[in-house]
Amino acid sequence: MAKSKEALFNPVFGENPIAAQVLGICSALAVTTQMIPSTVMCLALIAVTALSNVSVSAVRNFIPPNIRIIVQLTIIASLVIIADQVIKAYAFDVSKQLSVYVGLIITNCIVMGRAEAFAMQEKPWKSFLDGIGNGIGYSLFLIIVSFFRELLGSGKIYGFEVLKLESEGGWYVPNGLMVLAPSAFFIIGLMIWALRTWKPEQVEEN
Amino acid sequence: MFEHYLNLSIQSIFVENMALAFFLGMCSFLAVSRKVSTSVGLGIAVTFILIVVTPMNNLIYNNLLRQGALAWAHPSLATVDLSFLAFLTFIGTIAAMVQIVEMIIDKFAPALYNALGVFLPLIAVNCAILGASLFMIERNYTATESFVFGLGSGIGWLLAIAGLAAIRERLMYHNIPAGLRGLGITFIITGLMAIAFMTFAGIQL
Repeated sequence: MAKSKEALFNPVFGENPIAAQVLGICSALAVTTQMIPSTVMCLALIAVTALSNVSVSAVRNFIPPNIRIIVQLTIIASLVIIADQVIKAYAFDVSKQLSVYVGLIITNCIVMGRAEAFAMQEKPWKSFLDGIGNGIGYSLFLIIVSFFRELLGSGKIYGFEVLKLESEGGWYVPNGLMVLAPSAFFIIGLMIWALRTWKPEQVEEN
Repeated sequence: MFEHYLNLSIQSIFVENMALAFFLGMCSFLAVSRKVSTSVGLGIAVTFILIVVTPMNNLIYNNLLRQGALAWAHPSLATVDLSFLAFLTFIGTIAAMVQIVEMIIDKFAPALYNALGVFLPLIAVNCAILGASLFMIERNYTATESFVFGLGSGIGWLLAIAGLAAIRERLMYHNIPAGLRGLGITFIITGLMAIAFMTFAGIQL
């Protein structure tokens, strides 16, 4: 039981995939201008990571070692196709906003990395928890980034008005930078700084 | 016609830079940008694969997967829509092409092969490659356009990673706050570079 708990929670704070392992930043940043698309993206990623971990772990003893990457990629790509079709069916507007980034979950290093590093050695249930844990660790970062970008960039949270914009008779002048790509880099950079000040053992050599 | 292609390449190199505007290929972008020489090698490899894979995926998509694309095989297949298979097909093509290109380079240009080393196989999971193919479908490029787009995106990515590596080499001599060292400062530099590249926005030829 304690081991399962560790598999679930260690990736969230201890070895966060984004902050500590530099994985999965590729498709992460572009969807964070608003909170709704990033939440959908997080749910899709959690589902894909968990299910791909289970599937890879279930067939791990039958995969010939030298073609394992192709096998993993095929499993992951099939799961991403399912996720993409589900999002298109139930949240078409969001799927338009996410555009190519749903497909890019395939090459998201978190999914591949966990399949390769964890699911190839462990039993399905533990791999499932590890997949959920890593998905949540990733989502935590994504949600925080999109929270700041949507709040400061357009004064809203999940589309509800929090800070009334000046253009609509309120007082808040939106920060245009937050809507643009560079702000995501700054926010993640500052978050890593904060995290490493809190946990000095993660500091890198120069 | 030529102007259109030139415009597309300028667009994909500077304005819609894969790394700095779309965040694609970020994992290797941050991990392999410690030295200028290795990052240029990786950039060249990525460009090379993009030039081959993007037009190839374009042909596959337009002749096999798109709705009605199979009509050439048999009239009864005219309503078949296989476009949902795009992800699986593209990743397969990419993985296969990376293997083939690796073997070709090994045979005909051993010096380049040694210089690229471990980066070649890693490119299969670089999101910039899959991203370029997915953008290509979303924007309905033709085969020639997707060649130009692939070339432009590759050069843009190369420029971005070489620039970042050059800045990081200089950073070795600077005293950065402990928590910001390594990854943190790299993110902030990348953000500043992205702002610099945004000045290209709106350039039309």
